[in-house]
Amino acid sequence: MKRSVSLSINGRAHSVDVEPRALLVQVLRDDLYLTGTHIGCDTSQCGACTVLLDGRATKSCTTLAVQAEGHEITTIEGLAQGGELHPMQNAFWEKHGLQCGFCTPGMILSCIDLLESNPDPSEAEIRHAIEGNLCRCTGYQNIVSAVQAAAVAMRGAPVRTTA
Amino acid sequence: MSTLFGSSIKRREDPRLITGKGTFVDDVSLAGMVYAGILRSPYAHAKIKKIDATAARGLSGVLAVYTGADLTDALIPVPCAWNLPNADLKLPPHPHLAVEKVRYVGDGVAMVIAESRAIVRDALDLIDVDYEPLKAVVNPEAALKPGAPVLHADVAGNQAFKWVVAGGDADGAFAKAEVKVALTIKQNRLLPTAMEPRAAVASYNAGTGQLTLWATSQNPHIHRFLCSVMLKLPEHRVRIISPDVGGGFGSKIPAYADEALVAFASMKLGRPVKWTEDRSENYKATIHGRDHVQYVELCGTKAGQITGIRTTVYAGLGAYASTAGPGVPTILHGLMYSGAYTIPNIHGTIYGAYTTTTPVDAYRGAGRPEATYLIERLVDTFARELGADPVEVRRKNFIPQDKFPYTVATGITYDSGNYEGTLDKALGMLDYKGFRAEQAKALKQGRFLGVGVCTYTEICGLGPSQVAGAIGFGGGLYDSAIVRVYPTGMVRVYIGTKPHGQGEETTFAQIVADEFGYPVESVEIVSGDTDNTPQGWGTYGSRTTAVGGTAVKIAAQRVKEKAKKLAAHLLEANERDLEWKDGKFMVRGSPDKAKGFAELALMANVAWNMPAGLEPGLEATAFFDPSNFVYPFGAHLCTVEVDAETGQVKILRYIAVDDCGNVINPMIVDGQVHGGVIQGIGEALQEIAIYDDDGQLLTGTMMDYAVPKASQMPHLELARTVTPSPVNPMGVKGVGETGTIAAAATVVNAVCDALAPLGIRHIDKPLTPATVWAAIQRAKGGAA
Repeated sequence: MKRSVSLSINGRAHSVDVEPRALLVQVLRDDLYLTGTHIGCDTSQCGACTVLLDGRATKSCTTLAVQAEGHEITTIEGLAQGGELHPMQNAFWEKHGLQCGFCTPGMILSCIDLLESNPDPSEAEIRHAIEGNLCRCTGYQNIVSAVQAAAVAMRGAPVRTTA
Repeated sequence: MSTLFGSSIKRREDPRLITGKGTFVDDVSLAGMVYAGILRSPYAHAKIKKIDATAARGLSGVLAVYTGADLTDALIPVPCAWNLPNADLKLPPHPHLAVEKVRYVGDGVAMVIAESRAIVRDALDLIDVDYEPLKAVVNPEAALKPGAPVLHADVAGNQAFKWVVAGGDADGAFAKAEVKVALTIKQNRLLPTAMEPRAAVASYNAGTGQLTLWATSQNPHIHRFLCSVMLKLPEHRVRIISPDVGGGFGSKIPAYADEALVAFASMKLGRPVKWTEDRSENYKATIHGRDHVQYVELCGTKAGQITGIRTTVYAGLGAYASTAGPGVPTILHGLMYSGAYTIPNIHGTIYGAYTTTTPVDAYRGAGRPEATYLIERLVDTFARELGADPVEVRRKNFIPQDKFPYTVATGITYDSGNYEGTLDKALGMLDYKGFRAEQAKALKQGRFLGVGVCTYTEICGLGPSQVAGAIGFGGGLYDSAIVRVYPTGMVRVYIGTKPHGQGEETTFAQIVADEFGYPVESVEIVSGDTDNTPQGWGTYGSRTTAVGGTAVKIAAQRVKEKAKKLAAHLLEANERDLEWKDGKFMVRGSPDKAKGFAELALMANVAWNMPAGLEPGLEATAFFDPSNFVYPFGAHLCTVEVDAETGQVKILRYIAVDDCGNVINPMIVDGQVHGGVIQGIGEALQEIAIYDDDGQLLTGTMMDYAVPKASQMPHLELARTVTPSPVNPMGVKGVGETGTIAAAATVVNAVCDALAPLGIRHIDKPLTPATVWAAIQRAKGGAA
C-alpha cells in the first residue's frame, strides 16, 4: 500500500507516492531521477549512497523514504550553486580524488560533513572519518589530499571554479 | 611541439562525475521498462529435482518467470573465449540458467521479470526449488584427487587443463644445484569489488530486429560479439553501450549469463528490461580472482646465482570456464616465471580445476601477481638460505640494462628495462642501510621490524594479434581510433578501448591536442558505444594507452598529413617547403604564409578548394597492432612493524618506484599506482574470499569481505624512472596493474623479514592479526 511523502531535496519540495518499505535511495533514483546518488552494497558498508540529511552525512540505503519526511536532503546534484562547484567538488577535481567516479558523490558528501564538525582535520582524522565510504580506485591518498585542500579553501577565501 | 604530453592536467571526465551527472548503466531508464531478478542457488552442488514457480507467476505485476528448460533451445551456452592450446582443455557447457544441476552458490536457477524491483524481490521469494544436495569441492588441488565430487559428467576428475611451460633444463639444474629452496603458497581467492555492481538494460525492437544492450563492460566489442553468439542474433543487430563504468578490475571483461538473459527477456516480452545486481549477488555471481595452490622451488649457487625454477600449480577455475579463465593462470602467469632475472632453466606445470565455486577470471594483474609473488617469495627465501642480503641477490640476477631486448627462458622477449635504476632509487628513498641498523636495534628491544623488497616486471600492453591467435585468445589484440575533425575545427575521437576510471578521456585528448597544436578542450574522446566506435578489444591487461593510445596517435598523424596537403595547396607551396610551427603549417622562411589547423579543418570540410585527388573531409581511422607486448617494471619497498603480542602488522613506509616508459599525465599515472598498490596491500593483509567445506561463501557481503578502508591503508611514497618502450611510437608502457602485481609480495616479504628471527620462513597471505599471531605461536612452540 503506497502512501504519499513530502520530501525537501536540494531546496525543492517533492511529493511522492512510495511503498512504506521503499528506501530513500530508491526513491531518489527511481522516482525522482536523481541518479547521482549510487548504490554500491546492500549492507551499509560502502557509502556510495551517502546524502546529507539536515546537513549530516546519512546512508540513504539505510533510511526509509518515509523517515526522510520533514528533513532537508542534499544530494550531489544540489551541491554546486549557480554554476559554481562546491569547494569540496573542486578539490576532488584538482587533486585527482576520483577515478571511476562511482563512490565520489557519497565520498564528497561525507567529506563535507567532516569539515562541518572539524574544519582542520589531520590526515588520520580524515582517514577515520571516511571509513564508511569505500573507494576501490584511488587508494584514498588523493581523497585525503582533496579534503586537506578543501579544508584550506573553506577556512579561507573560498576557491570556486565554474563547472 | 609537445606541450600537453607529460603534463598533469586535470581530468576532463571529472566535472560530470563530481556533480552527479555521470551516466552509469543503472541510471538508464526507458519508457515501459520492467525489471529482472535472478534466483540463485543456495547450494554449491545439487541436483534440481523440481522448480515450482506457480505462485511467483501468479503474483500481480509479474510478467514472466523463466527457468533453464525455457532457454536450452533459445540460447547458445555461455562461451569461454580463451581456447588454450596444447593443454587438453575441457570446456563443458555453461547454461544461462542451471539445467538439472547447480554447481556453485550463486548459479542462476530462474529469472523473474516484473513491473518493479520490489515485485521482482517478492516473486523470487515465491519460487520453490527442490534440491538434492551433492558433495562440494572448493580447493583446486582437492578437486583433482580421485574420489572428488565430479561437477561435469564429461570432465573426468574435474581437470579443465594441464599446461606446461618449459625452457632450458630445470630438472638438470636442480639435480646439480648447490642450493635449493621450496615453498607451498596459497594464493588467496579475491573478490574484485568494483564499486559499481554489474547491471544491464536491454531493449529489443522487433520491428528492426535491433537489440540495444547497456552493459557494464570493459570491452563492449567483445560483449557485442559474444552476445550475438549467445542470442543467435546477427552481430550488426547488436549494439552494446557501456556509458560510465564504475570500475572493473577485470570483473567486467567476461560475458556473463545475466546480460544475455536480460536481452532474451526483452526479446520475448517486447519491453525494455533492467537488471542490477546487489552486492551480495555480485560477490556470488561476478567472477573472483587468484585461487591457486602453488608448489614452487628455486635452485642456485652458493654465490647467489639463480639457476632454475620449478612449479606445480593448481588453479581453481570455479564451476565453469569464464571468458578468459583458462588463459589467466597459464599464459599470463607461467610465461612470467623469469621475473626480472636471468633464470636459464624454468619448468612449470599448471593444472586447471573445476570446483563448486564462483568462476575465476582476470582480477587486476591476472596471473602476473601470482607469478611475481611466487618468484619474489622464492628469491627472498633463497637469500635467507644463503644468509645474503635479498637486495644483493636480486641485483646479482637482474637482466642487465644493456641486454634488452632480452628473451627469457619461457620464450617471451622483454622490450626494455633498467632494473638497477628503479632499485637504487627506491633504496635511496628508504635509506636501506639506516633501516637495517634500526631493525637490528629494535630487535634487541624485542620489537619486530622488517623490510620487504620486490623487483618486478610484468607483461602488458596486450598485445600482438598474431600472438593472441597462437595462444588461443578468441579475438584480436590490436586497437583502434577514428579522429574526426568538424568544420569548426573541434575534434571527436572514437576509440575501441573502454576507459572506466583510468582517465583516457584526458590522456588521449592530450595526445591529439598536441598533434594539432590545440588546447585540450577542443578534443572529446568517445568510447563505449559499438555503433559509433571502431572495432577494438577493450580495456584490460594495461593495454589501453600502449595499444589504443597509439592508434589515436597514428590516426591524428594521418589527419595532420592530409591537412598538410591541403595547406600546401591553399598556400600554393610545395608540401616539402612547409613546416609545422606554433600550431600552424607555414612556408619555411615566410611566417606570414601560414594556415592554422582550425582553418584547414573548415576548408577540408566545405571542400571549396581541394587539391586534385584529395577527398573532402578531415578524418582518419587507425588500427594499431603492436609488434610485441610491453614490460613495465619497478622496485617496491615496504617497512613494517609486527606486534608479536597481537599479530598486527603496521606498515611504516611504502615506497614504489615504477617505470612505465614515457608518461603522458603524471598525476593520472600516480593515481593508478596508488589504487593498484592499495589493492595489493589488501590482498597481502586482509582480503580473502572464504568458502566452507560445503561450498558456502562465508565472505558473501561487504560486512565479511575486507575491502581496504582509508584508515587501514598507509600513505604511499612514489617515484619513477623513465625507460621508453621501443614497441610503440610514444614509448609508453602500462601502469594499471603494476601496483597490484608488486605490492602483495612486497608486504609479505617485509612481514616474513620481520619474523625471521623467530624462525618463521613463510606465512600465507592475507596476513591478518589472527594468522600472524598463530604463526608466531607455532614458531615459539605454543599450542595455537
